[in-house]
Amino acid sequence: MTSSPENHRDALTGKVAELLERYNKTGIAVTADTDLSADLDIDSVSAMDLIMEIEDHFDIDIPVNMAADIRKVGDLVAVVEQQLGG
Amino acid sequence: MDIFEKYRGLIARHDRMLEAAGDPFNVCMERLISPTEAIIDGKRTILFGTNNYLGLTFDPHCIEQSAAAVREQGTGTTGSRIANGTYKSHRDLETEIAGYLGKRTALVFSTGYQANLGTLVGLAGPDDIILIDADSHASIYDGCKLTGATVIRFRHNNPADLDKRLARIENKEQVKLVVVEGIYSMFGDMAPIAEFVDVKKRHGAFLMVDEAHSFGVSGDHGRGVAEAEGVEADVDFVVGTFSKSLGAIGGYAASDHPDFDTLRFVSRPYMFTASPSPATAASVRAALECMRDRPELRTRLWENARRIHQGLEALGFETCSPASPIIALRMSDEVAALTAWRRLLDHGIYVNLAVPPGTPNGVCLLRCSVSAAHSNAQIDEILRRFGEVASEILTVADAG
Repeated sequence: MTSSPENHRDALTGKVAELLERYNKTGIAVTADTDLSADLDIDSVSAMDLIMEIEDHFDIDIPVNMAADIRKVGDLVAVVEQQLGG
Repeated sequence: MDIFEKYRGLIARHDRMLEAAGDPFNVCMERLISPTEAIIDGKRTILFGTNNYLGLTFDPHCIEQSAAAVREQGTGTTGSRIANGTYKSHRDLETEIAGYLGKRTALVFSTGYQANLGTLVGLAGPDDIILIDADSHASIYDGCKLTGATVIRFRHNNPADLDKRLARIENKEQVKLVVVEGIYSMFGDMAPIAEFVDVKKRHGAFLMVDEAHSFGVSGDHGRGVAEAEGVEADVDFVVGTFSKSLGAIGGYAASDHPDFDTLRFVSRPYMFTASPSPATAASVRAALECMRDRPELRTRLWENARRIHQGLEALGFETCSPASPIIALRMSDEVAALTAWRRLLDHGIYVNLAVPPGTPNGVCLLRCSVSAAHSNAQIDEILRRFGEVASEILTVADAG
């Protein structure tokens, strides 16, 4: 991984997409624009479980308050990036 | 756009349920016969899903005390305690609850839901961090939201996961409040409270335990799982309800903290709602007496629970936890669960249908709850009728 912010974010998006694979029942291509609810049919409870997996993978906390604003994969990646930086 | 547009998907799902099985979330008890029987759809039905753990809803002493309170104090308080005043019956009830729990102070709330809301809002604010079990009840999630605190979930019943999360925020100087339940309402599994106590002590956090489903059920005196595990003194705040074992409505919060009474003037769910009715306060006090003086109710409850748990497993049902007064049977999907729920009701057995998002891990359940008031004959009937529908239910489940 290089140190450029864009590459860093691409790598994070790739990793998050990988963790999302289990939820991707229709096998669509997951990008930053993919909507967790509309495109992947992840309901509010599954989203919380997914977030827990992401917390464990990156060894970060994503408070419930922040999770409430996550709609798209890009939002999720941004939160991961923010928590990794903090 | 219509104001209900956002619910279109849910409304469609609900309509499909209505068509397939009637409304599982709005069953009408046309007439109550006893704590364990009612007339539903004109038919005598055994109640096997009403959290009436000690079966006290028709206890003559509780009814008499409640009726006497109505006659002496009226039907309601017509407002909040901060505006309309505290009735002596509220104060007496708080003194008794505190005494029963061996805590310095107790507050009563108008419902169990509000007890969690009011306690959380009173304890935590935007500068604090609350760590909650992932399978927490909706009242805990909603209460957390109202506090404005940072809310972190840890894995269900997993003290090591809590430990890890507390370690991550070790350097933050904020107040940390850990929230767990005694017995969880969906699966009926118990929290390892003693282990949670170790973790919270190590990290200097506060611990709140919601004993809603374990009050009257666990511990030698029915004070809950913390009593059963011998760690009551280390639980900073205990919350519970009057609407399950005590057969009424309302809830309590209790603590040894010298400033706990502060909640009376900072906790909006306590301040801005009508106080419990005199009849409720009286029946709760009477039920507490029953709980204290008749430990055989608890013995009977557990005997019934073990017998039914074993019987249902023998019929081929998959349970979700060791025997407890809550027995959750796992179904393969929503259609199977709904079909099973309907068949049981047709056979005169009322249980709860529990489906996502109200359940952990997206599972579909038939949620049953046992009462000390279930007679041996009723238990025989429950098992016989489950047996009658088992082949159909389990075939649907397997096919799903």
